[in-house]
Parts: sequence; structure tokens; C-alpha cells
Amino acid sequence: MHGTMAPTAAEAELPAETPVRHHSYLSVVFLRFIRQPIPMAAAVILLVIALAAIGADVIAPHDPYQTRVARRLAQIGTADRWLGGDELGRDVLSRLIYGGRISLTMAIVPVAIGLFVGGFLGILAGYAGGRVNMAIMRGMDVFYAFPSILLAVAIAGALGPGLENGIIALALVFIPPIARMAESVTTQVREYEFVIAARLSGASTFRILREHILANVAGPILVFASSQVSVSIIAASGLSFLGLGVAPPQADWGLMLSALRQAIYSNPWVAALPGAMIFICSMCFNLVSDGIRRSMEVRR
Amino acid sequence: MSLEFGREAPLPAIADRGGPAQKLLTANGLRKWFRLSGGLVGTRSVVRAVDDLSLSVAKGETVGIVGESGCGKSTAARLMAGITPSDAGEIVFDGETFWAPGMKITAERRRAIQMVFQDSASSLNPRMTITETLAFGPRAHGVPTSEARAYARDLLAAVGLPPARFAERYPIQLSGGQRQRVNIARAIAMRPRLLVLDEPVSALDKSVEAQVLNLLVRMRDELGLSYIFISHDLNVVRYISDRVVVMYLGQVVEEAAADDLFSAPRHPYTRALFASKPSFDPRNRIKVAPLLGDPPDPVNPPSGCRFRTRCPIAETLCAAKMPILADVPDAPEGHRAACWAQVPGSGHSRAPRVSGALQ
Amino acid sequence: MKHGKGETLLDISDLNVAYRGMSGWIPVVRGIDLKVERGRSLVLLGESGSGKSVTLRAIAGLLQEEGARVTGAVKVAGEDVTTMPLERLLDLRGKRVGFIFQEPMTAFDPVFRIGDQIAETVVRHRGVSWKEGLARARELFDLVQIPSAERRLRAYPNELSGGLRQRAMIAMAMSCEPELLLADEPTTALDATVQIQVLLLLRAIQKERGTAMVFVTHDLGVAGEIADEVAVMYAGRIVENGPAEEVLLEPRHPYTQALTNCVVRGSYRDLALGELGGAPPDLSRLPPGCSFAPRCAARTETCAETDPPIRAVEPDHRVACLRAGAPAMA
Repeated sequence: MHGTMAPTAAEAELPAETPVRHHSYLSVVFLRFIRQPIPMAAAVILLVIALAAIGADVIAPHDPYQTRVARRLAQIGTADRWLGGDELGRDVLSRLIYGGRISLTMAIVPVAIGLFVGGFLGILAGYAGGRVNMAIMRGMDVFYAFPSILLAVAIAGALGPGLENGIIALALVFIPPIARMAESVTTQVREYEFVIAARLSGASTFRILREHILANVAGPILVFASSQVSVSIIAASGLSFLGLGVAPPQADWGLMLSALRQAIYSNPWVAALPGAMIFICSMCFNLVSDGIRRSMEVRR
Repeated sequence: MSLEFGREAPLPAIADRGGPAQKLLTANGLRKWFRLSGGLVGTRSVVRAVDDLSLSVAKGETVGIVGESGCGKSTAARLMAGITPSDAGEIVFDGETFWAPGMKITAERRRAIQMVFQDSASSLNPRMTITETLAFGPRAHGVPTSEARAYARDLLAAVGLPPARFAERYPIQLSGGQRQRVNIARAIAMRPRLLVLDEPVSALDKSVEAQVLNLLVRMRDELGLSYIFISHDLNVVRYISDRVVVMYLGQVVEEAAADDLFSAPRHPYTRALFASKPSFDPRNRIKVAPLLGDPPDPVNPPSGCRFRTRCPIAETLCAAKMPILADVPDAPEGHRAACWAQVPGSGHSRAPRVSGALQ
Repeated sequence: MKHGKGETLLDISDLNVAYRGMSGWIPVVRGIDLKVERGRSLVLLGESGSGKSVTLRAIAGLLQEEGARVTGAVKVAGEDVTTMPLERLLDLRGKRVGFIFQEPMTAFDPVFRIGDQIAETVVRHRGVSWKEGLARARELFDLVQIPSAERRLRAYPNELSGGLRQRAMIAMAMSCEPELLLADEPTTALDATVQIQVLLLLRAIQKERGTAMVFVTHDLGVAGEIADEVAVMYAGRIVENGPAEEVLLEPRHPYTQALTNCVVRGSYRDLALGELGGAPPDLSRLPPGCSFAPRCAARTETCAETDPPIRAVEPDHRVACLRAGAPAMA
């Protein structure tokens, strides 16, 4: 052969390559996440709070509904009220632990709904383009025009109080931004050559979405959604605070914050505790979401 | 025709219909204009990326397309592959309408024309192993997964990537040349008859470029393929093409058989383009730039001949009327140029005289 | 190359650069020596991974900021760049050394007008008034042949086309009359008709201003057009170094020979192209002996054992090959 200089082609290549063993993408992301100390610490805190909430029946020292006049606004460190008593003398610690159930549920479930519904709509709009895209995205824009808290309050107010209505109201708040994010990422990925090649192979739209698009957009969408959880918990607490979430005597941090408002002068520490819980959880969700984002940022 | 390499391919070959004299691909009047959003109220710029493109490819022929930024060759590639819908015109494949405005291309017909892209980070799905990538297309056509995977491995072997070492790799574990081989394998997995290649070797090191070109030539000969080969590299185009088309600002300005075009270009742009090729010989350097200025923006191109603003022999006639692609006198068959200086009796001072007419 | 006539402007001796990898330090430049005289242009020729860009950055003094481990000396006009304090380095970069990158947008701030940016550089380094700075910017635009200079000075970077931006970057680089111009693939992203204009411009600048140049490229054609001398790099080493005519037309090292062989020539139609099989070695796992040996058709057993030192085969022509001196392969 004219001018061949060495053993042909790809065969001789290859001291130049990385070893063939390749961890799956998910395990790589997971390992990277674990190596970040602050997000890991935040994740652990959230896990503890969540486990405590789930195992509340076992862990909580007292009945959260048990009122006791003698323990009204008890100080922190009281014998049978370790974190103090609320305005009706109930054990604040137990109520915080039980409260985690509702508060965490209202933080996560609406975002999860937003992820699936918003993600679906956004990917659909992003891939289809044209009129379908316009219809969906302009629809989203209507909701997007309102500040999220106000929107949540308006919807919850219209639907009425209660846990389910609160979740629905918040879900409707989170669907548009997640949809918008999904649409943006999908529009980008759609132009990648491997997607064009997939279209050239004659595969159906559904197959392309499932096998090529989804895996490549899920990451950024997930990161974005996880960053919304910290917003959700505050919005959820806000709803409860305004009386639009669960009703008393349920243990819920927002509700507790509202009820303990008057105690701010007589027992500020106890009054602040539910707020502290909300704050801690929101911060931790934020840090975890940041950690996820960083561990998904590929590039050597 | 079965794949020479390995067992019978699970996808059937696409049968020849029209016979050897029938053109494999005929594209007529393809056009793509992009509207730019924004701009002042009332004005909206239009990018005339491709204007009235007509091209044909014979069976077994390789047509090269050259041009610089803004000439529209990449858009033209996508129009001809049917992946970007044209604003007008039609595409006829082996005597049958492949695409016309409003028409949807069926999955089966889709196989006949495939594309190979420039190597880039996005040419292969980073989340799939290359076997999965190669198996995707056949599976979409009903081939069972295990057969598709076996087929994928055969394809890898055929393009010079031993499956034992490469099958389970991810794109990030491949070098540029290796990725391009996978791109080629993906295209021929569908058993196409025409391959549109958009700068397939431009991003590769020179030593790898030769490897990939040799592979493309081998594929073409073994599988009886036709190519449309787009590149900015004149050497590569000359090497691989039978016929070459030169584009400028969305239009074809010259076309001819490869050797003919490179030895005797007629259009002033083609001449300038060829003369701009850097010399490998330090003793023979270019002394004066053949063309000044930059390739202009395809937004609002000049009136008449689009090249006239940079053309060394432009005259008033050139601004008034757009030249048509026409046969060049005293040149081999099939050599056409869009230049008034080449049309007898056009009125251009350099145009040849119409034979027999009084001056 | 004039023997000993010109003054040495750039003197690299035994430069080694290593970057931190996942399992230790990876050597990307391994012991290179180079000299460039005033007013001469040197092309660093090589493919990806050869170390040419890193060498250029070493000359620019950019490696300190990147966390690389650098040994050896890089002397620009007698001062060692690798040990220079940052302030002195910044001073040097404006006054003596200019840069041109592959992507012109990286040189300019997109929110300021180009004329202002150039004027600012001049004012900062020369201490002249703003008016003089602008006048100088106008001069420079004329130097680099940007038409309608007045109008273009007031333009923002993204308003210029690729070729004009590249010229503007050259203007910026030349603003303080540097003695040395460093260019990293400045024409790779340009069309052929624009590329030749820029190359001719650089040649003119070299001739008229006596500016020395170090030019990094993988393109043999570009090297042919612009180089007085060529240094071919492979796997972090210089494998051949000499006058452009000799290296490009009569290469002595098998790698250079392969590169020039591999050039696709249109006239080769219907022939299989010369291939260079394999790929450059993994720098973290270099084979013993000559790093090109695994791909070399002319290798012998000794090649895999001994790393060939670079030595002169002609007065100004050095080659790192045990078989140097052998005529080119047929």
C-alpha cells in the first residue's frame, strides 16, 4: 500500500487511552457527591430529620397533641419539655419531630409533581418546537408572571385549606419554572448531532425521546428541581403560617410559627424554634442541591 | 448486496430501481432562508443561507462541495439529506420523489440517505456505549436487540475498531479518529446508498485524517455508495471527489469534474480560493493575497452577482443582473460557471465573442 | 539561518513542564532547548498533545497561574520568565511580548469598544495621554489594514467579522511595539482567503518592524508560508529543528517525514494515502526509549531502549533520532 508506515489503523493505537472499565454515570455522580464534605453533612442532617419524622412514634418523647396548662410556654430545658412548651403546653420537641412529616412532605411532593409534570411538558415543548412549543410555553408564562408566594397563596386561598390543596397549590407554582428549564435544555440537546443522527435513522419520536434525549436532559432538570425544594419548604411554611395549609391542632412548623408568634416576647427561644427548623432544612436542601450540581459537572 | 464484512446484515439492502443511467439524487431549487428575530420595528433581516440550489449525484459518484463561511454548504448538506426541511423545491431519489414541500419522509425511505458529521463533543451520545449507539438505528427498524448488537460488533470490526476492545466503550474513551469511525459505522449501519459527509475530517489531526479518508474510500468502493462530501480543505476535496461544486453566499458559482476544476477554474472566486491555499514550500510563498476582505454576511447579499463586491473584474453589468449557472465555452463537458465574463455576448468586457456575430 | 549573526531574543534551555494528573505528575514538555533570534519567525509544529501550546504558554509566563511544575529557563531578552515576579511579568507582556490567540474574542472585553481597549493598553504601558492612545490605535488599525478605521475603532468586538477581529487582535498585540509576538493557531479558525491575508500581514510586520515570532500550528501549509525556522514537537520533545526549507522539504526525522507524507494531495486520487498508524503516546505512561518508536516504520531494537538525544546533522539542523543522517524514506 502506498506509503504505509506502521501497523495499520486503530489496532496499533492505544497506550493513549483510559482503561476500559467505566463506572456508570450515576455511580460516578454519587461517588463525586460523597466526596464533598458540606453537601454530605447537609444530606446527613436532612436524613436525620426525615428519619426522625418517619419514626416519630418511636422517637418523640411525648404525645404532640397532649396539652398541659402547667407547661404553657415552658422554658427550654424543663424536665419533661426539653425544648420547651408551646402556647398550650404541648411538648415542642415532639411537635417539631412530628411536624417534620407534614413540612417535609409539603416541601418535596409539590416539587416532585412539578418535576414530572413540568419536565414532561417542557421536554415535549422543547422537542416539538413550533406551535406546540408556543402553546405550552405561553401557557406556562401566564403562571410564571406571578411571584411564586403570591401565586401559592391565591391558589390555596381559592381551593381552601388542607394538606392536599396546599400541595396542589405549590405544585402549580413549581410546574412552570421546571417546564421552562426543561424546554430550554431540550431545545439545546435537540440540535446535537447524535440526535440528528437518531432522526436520520428513522426512529420514532418517542423512541428518540426515551433513549437519547431523556438521559441527557434529566441531569440539569433534576439539579434545578432539587434547588426548588428549599424554596418549597419556605413557601409551604408560609401557607401554613397564613392558615392555608393544615389546620390546628396538627403539628406543622409553619403553623407552630404562627401560633407561637405572641410568645415572641415572653419566650423568644421557643418561638423561634420552628423557624429554625425551617431555616435549617431550607439551607440543607440548598447545599445538597448545590452538591448535586457540582458532582454532575463533568470535565476533567 | 450483503456487507462483505461478517454475516448477512439484519437490515435489507435498498434495491436499485432506476438502473445505472438514472441519477441517484436530484435536488431541484432547494432554498433555506432564516428569519432573524429582533431588529428594528418593521425591519426583519433574512439570512439567505441557501438560494435555489440544484444538484445531482450519479450512482457511485462523489460530489465535493467547497466554500467558505457563510456559503451555505452545511445548510445545503442538511437540506439534501432531508433533515432540514427546505422552503421550496424537491428532492428526487433514484427516480422517485424523496421529499417535496409538506411531505413527510417515511422511516423506510429515510435509510437511503445518511449523514456523517464533523467530530465534535456532540456527535455521539455520551451516555451510550458505542455498541448501543450503533444498535439504536437497526432496533428502531424492528431488528431484535441481540441481533442488532451482533450487527453493531460487525460494523465496529469493519471500520477498524476490534469489538473485543471497543464494544463497551463510551465516546469519551475514544480518540477523535476512533469517534469518527463510529460515526461512519453508524451511518452505514442503515445500509444507505448516499452518504452526506459534512467536514468529516476537519477536526482530526493530519495523521489521523489520512486513516479516515482511506476508510471512506474503502467503504465507498466496497458498498457501492455515493458521497456528497463537504469540506473547506481543497486538497481533501480534490482527492476524494469526482465532481466538485463551489458555493458562495448560498449559491453555486461553479461546478466541474474535479481535475478539470482544479486545473482550470473559471470563476473569479474559485480562482481566488484556489490561489489562497498556503504553500508547503517555503521557497514558493504566496506574495499577494488573492482576495481582500472577509466573506460577507449572508444577510442582505449584494444585488446581482453576489461576488461582485470582492471581484477583481466586476463591472456595472454584474450589479444589475444575477448571472446564471451556464456551460462554460471551450471547457470539458459539465463545466459550468455563474459569471458574466464566461458568457459569450453578455456585455462583460471579458466575455468571449459570440461566434459569427459582428462586434 | 544566519550563523551567530543575529542577537538571541528568546532562549529556552532544558524546559520541563509537568501537570498534576490523577496519579502523579504528567510531563507534557520534556527537556527542550530553543533559540530565536531577533526578527526571525519560528514555527512550533505538532499535533494535539505534542506540547507546543504549553511551550508557548511557558514563554508567555502563563504557567505559574496554572499550577504547573516548571524547571529550566525561558529567557526573553535575557530575563528568565519562569522566575519573574508577577509585576515584572505583566510589564514584560505589554512592552516586549504580544499575543495572538486562536479565538480573537478572548482577547477583547465584549462590553468596551475596540479602539478604547487598544488605547487603554497603550496608555497603561507608555504613560501617554488618552488622545495619543487613540491616535496610536488609529495608526495600528492602518498597520493591520482594517478598512474604514475610524468607524471600526468605535465598534464593539462582536460587531466585527472573524477576519477583522483577528486583525484587531494583532493590532492590540502590536500596540506597544513588542519585540516578540506569540501566536497560538491564530489562523486555524479562518477561511482560506482570510487566512492568507493574515499570514501576509504577519510577514509584513515581521519584515517592517523586525518583530520576532513564535507561531504554534499543526498545519504544514501555514508553516510553509510563515516560518524561517521550524521546530517539530512530538510527545513533549523537539524531534527536529532547523531552517524551514530543510525541515519541510527534506525532513530527517521519521515523524516529520510521516507528517509531510500524510499531507493529502489532490493528485493522489485513486491511490491509498500514506497513513501514520496508531496514536501519540499517553504521556503518563511513556514507553521506554524513543517515544515515537511504536509508530516508526524504521525502528530498530535500540530505539526502544535508548531515548535519542537531539543532535546536529547539519550546522543548523538538529534531529532526535538514532538513525539521523539517513536519507528520507522512499
